[in-house]
Amino acid sequence: MIEVRNLSKEFEDHLVLNNISATFHKGIVNMIIGKSGSGKTVFLKCMVGLIRPTSGEILYEGRNLLTMKTKEVKRLRREMGMLFQGSALFDSKTVLENVMFPLDMFSRMSKKERQKRAEFCLERVNLLHAAHLYPSEISGGMMKRAAIARAIALNPKYLFCDEPNSGLDPQTSQLIDELLASITKEFEITSVIVTHDMNSVMNIGEHIVFLNEGVKEWEGPKEQLEDADNEAVKKFIFASDIFKKNKAVEEIGAEEKKRENQ
Amino acid sequence: MPPDRAREFFKEFFKELYKLGVTSIGLVVLISFFIGAVIVVQLALNLNYPFLPSYTVGVVSREIILLEFSSTIMCLILSGKVGSNIASEIGTMRITEQIDALEVMGVNSANYLILPKIIAFIVFMPVLVIFSIFVGLMGGYIICAFTANPPVATYVYGLRAFFREFFIWYAIAKSMIFGFIIASVSAYFGYSVKGGALEVGKASTDSVVINSVLILMTDLVFTQLVMG
Repeated sequence: MIEVRNLSKEFEDHLVLNNISATFHKGIVNMIIGKSGSGKTVFLKCMVGLIRPTSGEILYEGRNLLTMKTKEVKRLRREMGMLFQGSALFDSKTVLENVMFPLDMFSRMSKKERQKRAEFCLERVNLLHAAHLYPSEISGGMMKRAAIARAIALNPKYLFCDEPNSGLDPQTSQLIDELLASITKEFEITSVIVTHDMNSVMNIGEHIVFLNEGVKEWEGPKEQLEDADNEAVKKFIFASDIFKKNKAVEEIGAEEKKRENQ
Repeated sequence: MPPDRAREFFKEFFKELYKLGVTSIGLVVLISFFIGAVIVVQLALNLNYPFLPSYTVGVVSREIILLEFSSTIMCLILSGKVGSNIASEIGTMRITEQIDALEVMGVNSANYLILPKIIAFIVFMPVLVIFSIFVGLMGGYIICAFTANPPVATYVYGLRAFFREFFIWYAIAKSMIFGFIIASVSAYFGYSVKGGALEVGKASTDSVVINSVLILMTDLVFTQLVMG
């Protein structure tokens, strides 16, 4: 479990995150949603330690990332996997070498064992056939899958994803979503996914944190999102077609029930 | 699980040795050959005084190539090729979040990316300078063989006359210092890029400019300290 308490981040007098507290649970897909520029990515980068927040606490099973010693931070980071918006695969390495990289750096396995583990991860994301290719030779969806394979290579406890569906077609998006959800369940990972894709939220989201202009407006289970008593949340989710359709279906159903009762 | 960095360091070190050093040999050979030949032609035409012995051409061209051309001018040229390569490679890794990915994994990104480049270039720079000296002198030799001005034997006699072995060590030491400057300054510019492709281009250009200025200033100070 990851707990964030009173997190704020200021960039040159501009408050990007304002006193955010949130909890991310183990074994489920936690999602941070909000419109572009709401501070989602900055929040995620603060959580993994890429950006140092101005104030607040980030607790990994009770251990505060911001007060840890360098060695502890390094140890914690080996328990993290991260999928970046642009995949961030190393251009100079093949897909297999990319997945093997964390193993090369931090495991004492033999080369054969490392390769076997990397191939298992690639198999898990259905990408073994592209193991010998370079990132420039594969599609965006394949890059994302390779990045997921790299992120799970060291059996992480925490998986962070920054807009995993950006730039992908709906079919591939769904594939990536399902992959992330199944990996979360299979390995009992605490997954935190930043997205503004409501299809994704509906498909795999379980615990939702909604940010608006650097402020946490709402947090709770997905099932309660639609009924959230918050104007910003309503505006955001009902801008999406999928919610409009859901709402319309519900209204029609309610009207029919009314007529039946009369 | 403790990191096995030595293995990864050497893997990267040899990669960089090839990428930065071995692939520069062609450029070094091409430039050194023609500049060596041109130095001999110029000296032969302009040192044509009755009171100067004809082997002066060999002596002076050797000193020019050894003391300044191969050890300084060649490094200036390489700062353009290698410096911009390092700055743009690391800069692109920065803007495409590859460096962030390293950090999240718990890898010291500066150590992993920059150290092998610096060590590889410091180690290989003297090799390139020795290549340059040899090929530059050969360029002079071949032009003498074609024009006989001065005759080959006179040129070779000039090359061997008043030779001081210390100059070789001086050139090697200088090249190692310049190798360090080129790799570290370029890596710094690449590593600190913020923004997009435009900033990567600017970092690459800035690194070449700063490298050139630092090389020239260091050359002056080092020469004054060692030879003065």
